Amino acid sequence: MSLRIVVCVKYVPDATGDRGFTDELTTDRESVDGLLSELDEYAVEQALQIAESADDAEITVLTMGPEDANDALRKALSMGADKAVHVDDDDLRGTDVFGTSLVLARAIEKVGYDLVVCGMASTDGVMGVLPALLAERLGVPQVTLLSEVSVADGTVTGRRDNDAASEELGASLPAVVSVTDQSGEARYPSFKGIMAAKKKPVETLDLEDLDIEAEQVGLAGAWTAVEDATERPARTKGEIVTDEGEGAKQLASFLAERRFI
Amino acid sequence: MADVLVLVDHVDGSVRKPTLELLTLARRLGDPVAVHLGPGADTAAPTLAEYGAVRVLAADAPEFTEYLVVPKVDALRAAVESVSPVAVLVPSSAEGKEIAARLALRLDSGLITDAVDVEAGDRGPIATQSVFAASYTTRSRITSGIPVITVKPNSAAPEAAPAAGAVETLEVTVTEGGGGTRVVSRAARESTGRPELTEAAIVVSGGRGVNGAENFSVIEALADSLGAAVGASRAAVDAGWYPHSSQVGQTGKSVSPQLYIAAGISGAIQHRAGMQTSKTIVAVNKDEEAPIFDLVDFGVVGDLFQVVPTLTEEIRTRKG
Repeated sequence: MSLRIVVCVKYVPDATGDRGFTDELTTDRESVDGLLSELDEYAVEQALQIAESADDAEITVLTMGPEDANDALRKALSMGADKAVHVDDDDLRGTDVFGTSLVLARAIEKVGYDLVVCGMASTDGVMGVLPALLAERLGVPQVTLLSEVSVADGTVTGRRDNDAASEELGASLPAVVSVTDQSGEARYPSFKGIMAAKKKPVETLDLEDLDIEAEQVGLAGAWTAVEDATERPARTKGEIVTDEGEGAKQLASFLAERRFI
Repeated sequence: MADVLVLVDHVDGSVRKPTLELLTLARRLGDPVAVHLGPGADTAAPTLAEYGAVRVLAADAPEFTEYLVVPKVDALRAAVESVSPVAVLVPSSAEGKEIAARLALRLDSGLITDAVDVEAGDRGPIATQSVFAASYTTRSRITSGIPVITVKPNSAAPEAAPAAGAVETLEVTVTEGGGGTRVVSRAARESTGRPELTEAAIVVSGGRGVNGAENFSVIEALADSLGAAVGASRAAVDAGWYPHSSQVGQTGKSVSPQLYIAAGISGAIQHRAGMQTSKTIVAVNKDEEAPIFDLVDFGVVGDLFQVVPTLTEEIRTRKG
């Protein structure tokens, strides 16, 4: 039987742009160009490697977001995923992580899955908890923050490095995994891959398709509210000296002045 | 006063500093009740009491170490049911955030992660976060359920406030199968003898300019002269020169020390995300155009292999 892999990806504002907020204090997704979150490329890569090592596998890439989020799906398809699902609904604007996990969990169940693969965090919200929430909602094992992952005989295993220890984890499928940026460089789409992606199917779903009410998501359905957002004042550039033999001494004097030595 | 749950981060009963910061912050919201999972509650209790824990709820079961995350969510939920707290504070480690998220979902509660400050508000706790690579500061509030907030290390100075801190047993029913993710083996990380990166008052980091694993000894020597932790940029980690556990930046640790010294680091946005809330920043880089110099309080344009060892010597001399 075919191994059904769903990769969750996010279309995010480019981190090198001037990111900011809308009047509603949600992430401004208009004024900075978007792209497939860099950290999700690692998820696509690991899904491809798992599929390549399986007898038979199919990779569906899933996103929730506005129309432009289609670009993120195309990128993943051009890397080699087989098909895509895009959940797009006007009522989703301002959805928090709980609403997002509800939408994605329903979509994953609708698509059918043995393995869900996520990145370690998005590069905009950076909470890093969506994979854990998906596991909680789907009622399957959470095998997260892996720097190495493999799937064989209905079991997923991997290594999770944390501050205190390096852990070897194992769980039976179906399961939700997330992979870190230590899991291996993501491949670049080939020209052939880019051409092939144009013909791959992208299914669009709305909230009704997923049996979700508008009140459960969006800004109104969010369980947190941002009271205010303040731009951090730019750091004022201090003294810069060019080392002509005295640089270290000048730096030491600065550190002494600030009472670090 | 109402109770505030604080999940204790400890190693066999030795309480880690971020927990003391959480207890200090919790006192702004109510009476801290510590939740100690795993062995060593009796060892930890006096420290927890010293920093304000009115009670210590303790549970120990093999599942806490044999399975990932879920048994601790079960325990924290049991604590919430027994105490009915006004808020739950959890250390912002990778595991802490996952525990907090699953707990919040079970409680139909909102979640705020990576807070750098927490204060009481008219409509519940207000948490401050640093977002978009620390270019913005937001203040947020939870609008549904019992607020669950994860707090980053170095968010408050721990203040002692002795309380009773008696240990009570917390009854926990662990999810069948422990949630299904077995911890097959665990290799403890070797201690470097240096302060924890996220907790250190001073951090010295090396980047691409260090140009080789063997050259990191230059960075370590400077760190040791200052009693500092050692960090590394992603470029240095990806090159295999220094372990990922020491990576500072968006996908590594985010640090906010009193002093951050960047040596041979250009200062890409991903790195700045992890260090630009540091109080004082200095940099040594041979490229005067490096973006890191836009952030510094003091910068030296020069060869780090000249400047850093001389600086280390100078510090040792001055410190006698």
